[in-house]
Amino acid sequence: MAAMAILTASDEAAVRTEFERLGPHPVKLTVFSQELVAGDLCRQNEQLVREVAGLSDRISVEVLNPAIDRERAAAYGVDLVPAIAVEGARDYGIRFFGVPLGYEFTNLVDSIIVASTGEPALEEETKTALGGLARPVHIQVFSTPT
Amino acid sequence: MRLAQHMAVAAKDVRADCIEAGEFPELAQRYRVMAVPKVVINDRVEFEGALPEREFLQAILRAVGDGPEPAA
Repeated sequence: MAAMAILTASDEAAVRTEFERLGPHPVKLTVFSQELVAGDLCRQNEQLVREVAGLSDRISVEVLNPAIDRERAAAYGVDLVPAIAVEGARDYGIRFFGVPLGYEFTNLVDSIIVASTGEPALEEETKTALGGLARPVHIQVFSTPT
Repeated sequence: MRLAQHMAVAAKDVRADCIEAGEFPELAQRYRVMAVPKVVINDRVEFEGALPEREFLQAILRAVGDGPEPAA
């Protein structure tokens, strides 16, 4: 039996409208799943990503198991599941850990769009400052679905 | 938080992790997440709540600065 859809028809319509802003670069969503670690959440995460990717032919999905695809998961810097990497023209270093529902879902959709355009909505001053960083920056944003 | 992801696209050296705190209690505990959103930059600078772009950038610059470890 197929699992019930996570996205409602109105969610889908809203995301399709958002996806009209997709840019020139195809987007790849790499899903990190490990049944033995967090089976239910990994299945839910994978289903959500596939439903989102199904709304545009510009979005592809690949599923990796960090226990099997160790080197690739390590290259993505992913050691927790469920997780998602959002890539556009390059790997921008955008990761989601946990199932991005609720507020995080909006963020996932926005990340897909900015990865596709490659054009962040930031002030010039910010972009200049970020371009001259002395060392790598790792931003961790903790959130909850509601 | 939208800003973090846009900053990651803007700069090669910026990585943005969005973490569902409820699904990773150990991580949330390690970073003392009491309220969300909570932002931690390079394990050095942290703040709760959404900051305007300029202040977010200042927090990043403090996190990569060579100065003494800033107070959390």
